[in-house]
Amino acid sequence: MSEPTGQPYTIEVERGKIREFARATKARDESYVADEQPVAPPTFLTSAAFWAAPGSAALDATQINWARILHGEQEYVFHGKPPRAGQTLIAQQRVEDQYEKQGRRGGTMRFFVIVTEFRTPDGELVAEGRSTVIETGQPAAS
Amino acid sequence: MTTTAFDPRAAQPGTAIPDFVDAPSTRTDYVRYQGASGDMNPIHHDEDYAKAAGYPTVFAVGMLAAGILGSYLADLFGPENIRRFKVQFRDQSWPGDVITYGGRVVASRGDELDLELQATRQTGGVHLLGWATVLAAPSN
Repeated sequence: MSEPTGQPYTIEVERGKIREFARATKARDESYVADEQPVAPPTFLTSAAFWAAPGSAALDATQINWARILHGEQEYVFHGKPPRAGQTLIAQQRVEDQYEKQGRRGGTMRFFVIVTEFRTPDGELVAEGRSTVIETGQPAAS
Repeated sequence: MTTTAFDPRAAQPGTAIPDFVDAPSTRTDYVRYQGASGDMNPIHHDEDYAKAAGYPTVFAVGMLAAGILGSYLADLFGPENIRRFKVQFRDQSWPGDVITYGGRVVASRGDELDLELQATRQTGGVHLLGWATVLAAPSN
């Protein structure tokens, strides 16, 4: 089975965005303000959604119900130092796994594991993001 | 809160990550994070929207606490030394919650340390669990 895959998109790792994200996550390290090219905080790539163009989401292909989506887990793996300001990265999403479980309150819960690879323009793998999202059997809010 | 000097080079299995007790969380915290991250789900800032969806009020963005925990680790070990960071979302968190971030070193391999982490509400409930791998030695 081929994994549903999104279109690649380009990310400019920006100093100002890193500073804003560091402040929002209550970081104290001086490098975010003092360095010309600070290393991004560990969950900074969450903000890569800013650069995602239509068609870049791998899950579009699977027609899930976004009103019933919960975020279960999030992981970032860095192959060397995390991204730093000034870098250009190419991101691409794919659905790595999907499975179903019976919910405690009835209904079927669908689990999707979505991997985003972040590579240099030369193709070197810099980071991977791995999200587990859950589509509940009933509206999440009911 | 200020933390006492933490020496990452002295960390070994069993070493505690000093607790970071955050100030009571505010809607402004949520909005600032949503602006920074680009996640504009109104359930975290629009009171009417949250109530219409059946919640008593807005609730925290899970990735906010994940981000605070991650940035805290980066403060302790250096942003360039983080190699893996994972969170699992548990209980929801609400405005006014006081979240305590902490954990401990559980394993070491050469210069790498594996950590188990948590963010706990003032009720004792677990908001999220975390796992990380960091370099304990200066990388430069």
